[in-house]
Amino acid sequence: MRLPLLALLAKEPAHGYELKQALEQTFGGAYPSPNIGQIYVTLGRLEKDGLVRAVDVEQSNRPNKKVYYLTAAGRERLETWVDEPSEGPRVRDEFFMKLVLAPLTGVADRMALINRQRRHYLGQMRELNELAAATDPANRVAHLLVEGAMMHLQADLDWLQRCQEEMA
Amino acid sequence: MSGPEPVVRTVNLVKIYQTGGVPVTAVDGVDLRVDPGEFVAIMGPSGSGKSTLVHMLGGLDTRTSGEIWLDGKRVDTLSESAWAVLRRDKVGFVFQFFNLVANMTVADNVELPALLSGATPRQARERREYLLGALGLAERADASPAQLAGGEQQRVALARALANKPSLLLADEPTGNLDSRNTRDVLRLLGEVHRDGQTIIMVTHDARVASLADRVVSLLDGQIVDDGAIPRPVRRPRGGAGDVVELRS
Ligand SMILES: Nc1ncnc2c1ncn2[C@@H]1O[C@H](COP(=O)(O)OP(=O)(O)O)[C@@H](O)[C@H]1O
Ligand SMILES: [Mg+2]
Repeated sequence: MRLPLLALLAKEPAHGYELKQALEQTFGGAYPSPNIGQIYVTLGRLEKDGLVRAVDVEQSNRPNKKVYYLTAAGRERLETWVDEPSEGPRVRDEFFMKLVLAPLTGVADRMALINRQRRHYLGQMRELNELAAATDPANRVAHLLVEGAMMHLQADLDWLQRCQEEMA
Repeated sequence: MSGPEPVVRTVNLVKIYQTGGVPVTAVDGVDLRVDPGEFVAIMGPSGSGKSTLVHMLGGLDTRTSGEIWLDGKRVDTLSESAWAVLRRDKVGFVFQFFNLVANMTVADNVELPALLSGATPRQARERREYLLGALGLAERADASPAQLAGGEQQRVALARALANKPSLLLADEPTGNLDSRNTRDVLRLLGEVHRDGQTIIMVTHDARVASLADRVVSLLDGQIVDDGAIPRPVRRPRGGAGDVVELRS
């Protein structure tokens, strides 16, 4: 969550609760919404690393609130992050390990493993369908995230089929 | 035998093609039972016999051996004309080729099956308006099929297949030509008619479509290698199924 928080602070200084709201608004239900505690812990670490600073703002009748802003080092870190290419997902699939190894030990047969995994993926796809249906159509960011997850799942299923053709 | 009369039942169904020199066993001893209101997705690699199976269920291809029962009636022994009547009254089709009637408008293409099976013109029109509307095609009602893009033709074919509220909807890759927005319309409509009790057997490799089904049947080399329920989400996540996305990353 460090870099998304830096990105939000690059727009304008904010306090923790505002950052939580901004994350929720931007990503909608498609992204796990962090609790406020996680946000403060992360901000604390960013502050310790010199990437953000906090100023106390007095409020009448209430405790001071801390407003965070980006430091020059923070901006630099953010720019580096944005500039560098990101790793794509890889197959580091625990299921594949089971598939390859299980029959060697006599624990399970491959056909059964593949069939169960297929149903599991389809169950996950059903969740994504429901998530998409429950997500505000105007939140394009959230919908794109869900669509991306669906495409990955489709690829996993296609690959499962290849495994079944070759190994089962 | 327990439970309701199945809409579809096959017993040791076999199809062997003998076109060239070597016989090809496309469907190899399939026992399938589909109950009223069930939505069954059929998946499997190319050449595993999916199309052959649904073609036989709709009487478009003859079986080599075994039995096919629809609504409690043995149908694999029917003549072609008896099949034609059965399809008119009971079975809706969507196949990869859309075969819409070229010299009729989209609206007429969709209303025709309803009229043929005895609906009044008004019922047929209302059903057509509902179906085309649900598929985002209301504007295209007066077009002719040739004026439509592939994905539009495919959706019209779906609307037509559902026009007479068949007891069985058979579909073979009905979302093959659709982009993701159109797929969404199709998904929504399928979900709706399924909730209304429509029995559906659908070949698809689109996991989004398959995930709407109650059951997935997997074919490999003409045989059923898996047949079971698709698990429903266990948690109905409050803050959105947020971690679903993270799960996949
Ligand atoms: N009309 C036909 N004549 C000869 N062989 C066929 C015919 N139709 C299908 N087949 C063969 O039967 C097998 C199953 O085909 P099909 O049912 O189309 O599979 P799927 O729909 O799963 O891709 C394949 O080996 C295919 O080549
Ligand atoms: Mg096919």
